[in-house]
Formats: sequence, C-alpha cells, structure tokens
Amino acid sequence: MAEAQSTLEVSEPVDLDPIERRPDLIEGNPSFHDITEAVARPLEWKAPLGWYLFLAFSLSLLGLLGVSLAWLIWEGTGIWGNNVPVAWGWPIVNFVFWVGIGHAGTLISAVLFLFRQRWRTSINRTAEAMTLFAVACALIFPAIHTGRPWLDYWMFPVPNQMSLWPQFRSPLMWDIFAVNIYGTVSLIFWYLGLIPDLATMRDRSTTVLKQRIYGLFSLGWRGSHRQWLHYERAYLLLAGLATPLVLSVHSVVSFDFATSQLPGWHTTIFPPYFVAGAIFSGLAMVITLMVICRVVFKMEHIVNMLHFDRMAKLILATGTIVGYAYATEFFVAWYSGNIYEFFAFKNRALGPFAWAYWTMITCNVVIPQVFWFKKARRSIAVLFVVSIFVNIGMWFERFVIVVTSLHRDFMPSSWDYFTPTFWDIATFLGSFGLFFTLFTLFVRFVPMVAIAEVKGVLPQAHVHHHNPIVHGSQGGRGQ
Amino acid sequence: MSKQPWGILAEFHTPEQLWKACERVRDAGFTHWDAHTPFPIHGLERAMGLKRSWVSMVVLVLGLGGAAAGMGLQWWASTQAYPLVVSGKPLFSWPAFVPIMFECGVMGGAAGAFLGFLGLSKLPQHHHPLFNSKRFERFSDDRFFLSIESTDPEFDPEGTAWLLRSQGADHVEVVEA
Repeated sequence: MAEAQSTLEVSEPVDLDPIERRPDLIEGNPSFHDITEAVARPLEWKAPLGWYLFLAFSLSLLGLLGVSLAWLIWEGTGIWGNNVPVAWGWPIVNFVFWVGIGHAGTLISAVLFLFRQRWRTSINRTAEAMTLFAVACALIFPAIHTGRPWLDYWMFPVPNQMSLWPQFRSPLMWDIFAVNIYGTVSLIFWYLGLIPDLATMRDRSTTVLKQRIYGLFSLGWRGSHRQWLHYERAYLLLAGLATPLVLSVHSVVSFDFATSQLPGWHTTIFPPYFVAGAIFSGLAMVITLMVICRVVFKMEHIVNMLHFDRMAKLILATGTIVGYAYATEFFVAWYSGNIYEFFAFKNRALGPFAWAYWTMITCNVVIPQVFWFKKARRSIAVLFVVSIFVNIGMWFERFVIVVTSLHRDFMPSSWDYFTPTFWDIATFLGSFGLFFTLFTLFVRFVPMVAIAEVKGVLPQAHVHHHNPIVHGSQGGRGQ
Repeated sequence: MSKQPWGILAEFHTPEQLWKACERVRDAGFTHWDAHTPFPIHGLERAMGLKRSWVSMVVLVLGLGGAAAGMGLQWWASTQAYPLVVSGKPLFSWPAFVPIMFECGVMGGAAGAFLGFLGLSKLPQHHHPLFNSKRFERFSDDRFFLSIESTDPEFDPEGTAWLLRSQGADHVEVVEA
C-alpha cells in the first residue's frame, strides 16, 4: 500500500467511506498511483492479440460501409427497400437509433454530474466517447439518405449560387442544428475532461513521439489550482448546458415525426418518450461495451458491480417509462375517437408488422423487468444478455414507428409491405464498423477512465481534518 | 548564481499536508504562488485565498450572443434574404425559430466555457519553468506540489524554503527559470 493511505486514520471498516459510510466506489482501496497505473496500462502495454483481431473485424465492417455508400452514390436510393408508402426506410431508423445511443453518454457525463452521482466517474469517459462515435454514425444517414450527398450543403444556411435559404420552420432544419451542435458540444465536453488525463500520459510517456503528441493535446496543463478553479467552473457550466441540450436533441428528433400529420406519428407524447427511449438504449450500449472492456483491460475494480447495479436500475426506470409510453399511445389512440389513429395502432400490434411490434415489446418492456432482482443486476451474464436485447428492442422501436405508420397509407390501394434489401443491411452493419473502429482505437490511445476524476472520489482524496466548513455545510461533494 | 531562479517547489504526500501548507503560505502574505494537484481538491481555493472563477461571465455573454445570432440568422434569412410565405404564416414567425435559437445559445455557451477556461488559465502554453523539474512530473500522478515564484515580494530563497519544509514538505527544490 502506498504512503498516501498510511497517514489517514483507519478507524472504519475498509470498504466504507469514512465520511459517507457508503461502500467505496472503487474496490480494493487503491492508491492514487494504482489508479494511474491501471488506466494507463492499455495505452502503454503491448496490445493483446484480441485487440488486433477486433480491429480487423471492425475495419472489415467499415469497408462494408464504404462499399455500400459507394454503390449508393453510383446507383441511387433504388438499392434500398424504400418504396412509395414507406419512403422513410432504414436510413431514418438507423439515424434515430444511433442518435439515441449517444444520449446515455451525455446523461452519465452531464446529468449525473449535476445530480452529484459520484459513481459516474468510472464510466463517464467511455460513455462520452460512445456518444461521439454514435453521433458520427448517426450523421452518416441524414447525409446520404437522399442518395446525393454532394447536395448536402443545401441543408446549411450558407450563401449559395441559387440565392436560396433553408426553411427554418421545418423540424428537419431544427434537427440539423440540434444534432450538429450536440456532436460539437459533446466533443468539447469530452476533450475538456481529457486534458488532465492527457497530461498524465504526457508525464509518463517513454518515447519522444508520445510525449509530443500527448503534450500537444494536453495544452501544457500543470494541474495548478488556479487552473482547476476555471476548469471546474467550465466543466460545471458545460454539464449545465449539455443537460437541456440532450433533452432538446431527441425532442427535436421526435418533432421530425410528431409535427407531421400522419396517424402514429402525430402525438404530443413523442418528445419525452423519445428522450427516455434514447437514454434507455444508450445505457444498454454502455453496459455492452463496459462488460467487455473492463475484463479485457483489467479494470474490474474500477468499473465494478456497484456501477452495473446502478446502470441496471436506470435501465429499469427508463425502460418502464418507455413501456408506459407505449401504453399511453394506445390509450390515446382509442380515447381520441380518431379512427385513423386507432387503426394505425391496431395495425401496429396486429397487422403485418406485428412480429416487429411484439419483438419491441418483449425486448424493451418485458425482459428488462429482471432488473427488479438484485441478483440479476449484479450478474455479468444477465447484464450482457439483457443489454443486447435492449439494443435490439430499441432498434425495432424506431423500425415500428417509421415503417408501420407509413406502410398502410390513407388509401388502401397504396398499401404495401416493406422488405429490406442486402444494401440496407450492409449499410447498417457498416455503421457498426465505423462505431467499433473508432471505439477500438479509443481504448488503445486515450485513457478510457477519467483518471483525475476517479482519484477525486477515492476516500483519501478528501481533506477531512482541518476544514469543517467544507464537509459540514456543503458536504465537500461534487466531482 | 548568475540567473535569478524561477522559484521554489515543495512536494507533499497528501492533500491534507498541502492544504495546511496553502493556508500557511496564504497567511504569510504570498501572492505569486500556486498549488499543483493530480485532481481538483474542493475548497482549496479558500485555503489559498482565491476568488471565484469568471468563466461563468464568459459563458453568459457568449451563450446569449449565440442565441441572438441564431435568431438573427433566421430573421435575416426569412425576412430579408429569402422572404417566402409558407402556409400563410408571417415572414418572421418567431415561435418556429425558438428551437434553433436555443441550440445556438447552447453552442455559444459551450464555446464560452471552453474558451473562457483556456483564456483564464492561460492555456495552451508551450513551456513552463516548472517542467524543468523532474519531480514535478508526478503532479499528474500522486504528488501534491506548492510553488512560489521568485517574483513574489515576500520571496526569500532561504526563508521561503524553510517555511515550506516546516509544513512537512518531503522535498523542496529550487526551480531554474
């Protein structure tokens, strides 16, 4: 044990924080130096063979994305299964799916920060990285869904040779701003959090190249308290800005549907329902990723069962909100007395896409109920399986919303069924290639746990003895 | 010594020792000094006698500026550059412009937080004399440092070093400029 602990009074049982009388967030009572070593290890050691294999696998999927996009641009949107009633097919489904995944990262990094949930420090870096990569995947789809990405500049308010300006009353324009600004703010937030940790990597670097690169990106950070003061204020304000932002982004995504006059889309419940669903799906993705990363990179003591337990509770809460929203939609469709609205919902549950609807209900509402049991919340196998089901279920939710509302138009003569093509599937799998490639590179070159923040939640980080004000009136809390 | 050293650097093992040393140095009337820690120690600004950060003001100004720019862009595009009546609505149908105004405000605020932090912390900085010290590298790992610059009116090579040693510093060294 390092010297840092020896100066503390150890009168409490080892696993209880002396001030909070709660279990320690990080297991094994590590010293500050142990944390640095544990997080820096994957960046400094020789990468395991599995890392190369997974990178190769991700890159092949990324190649599939490249081929799919090249073929799309060459041939046009006819390569997809989109047809006349179902003009919005998989590209929009995938867009909403990926944006939603991103939301859990912001929830963990910003919302839980404001609520002073200190357990977030073990997972926030990874979750924020996941947000960035998910937003990158999401942005592909609006850019290519018309099949003419070279005209994308029409979406931006830039002077052009046609003297045309975008239609700002359209939720699709709101979406452009919301998602791009969301991506940018998430990047700023992530990078700000990274600066002290990049300085740690700079100070540990063994080669000149590493020292130069980490030195460049750590901006000359020297952990001065005069700097920490501005840093923490900036971090708090960014969290305060990112919180309404994340709520607004998926609300705006839902406006793409809700402001239309289509039965099944035109409902006021969409914004909160979409936000809850987004966080639900993103938490599942965080669990899927962390279950694997903590084992591969030997961080079981930093990301431990306590963290999974709390994420599982959040999954249960948001999953139940989503289930409630499904029920409310049905109730309102019936109670409104609007025959078109009620038809759209009966058609969802009993029509040709009933298989998709009941897949969604099973994965999103039924299966997460196992998290009422503590045993399930603390079992890696259960967590992993349920998180995969939630990912599947949330993809199906967007499929159900987009396709079942469209495929039976007002005129029965224009009804049709939707079948994806090979290229629909290839583009979607390809977007996973982009996501996994970025994530695989991230875990190798960037500290995947917020070193400075984790040190700050260790029991020995708290100055107990001679400042009663700090721990008395305001509890000395915060991250 | 022909050249004036940059200052003195003291190394501590625990946040408690650093805290106590900071209070002592603050009370001794030093002004050009700083604490260097691997993670932010909450409340240390009181032990150091620092005032609160002005980053908030930068965020407020740029946030409001961003929101105004967002609304201004939409106003200009919809009424001046390309006035087109849509669904019989007025050209400046401002309620429909609120979402983009809000997003632009958040963008301005976030830029303000980041740039405000960089500006007030005087970062990025290419080099700093503290990096001449080999021991200082551990500030980002598990050591707690206190530095006092030689430009401080209270600075005196022997007395200041003695003061820091008396606070339980494990190591006190002179940092060359």
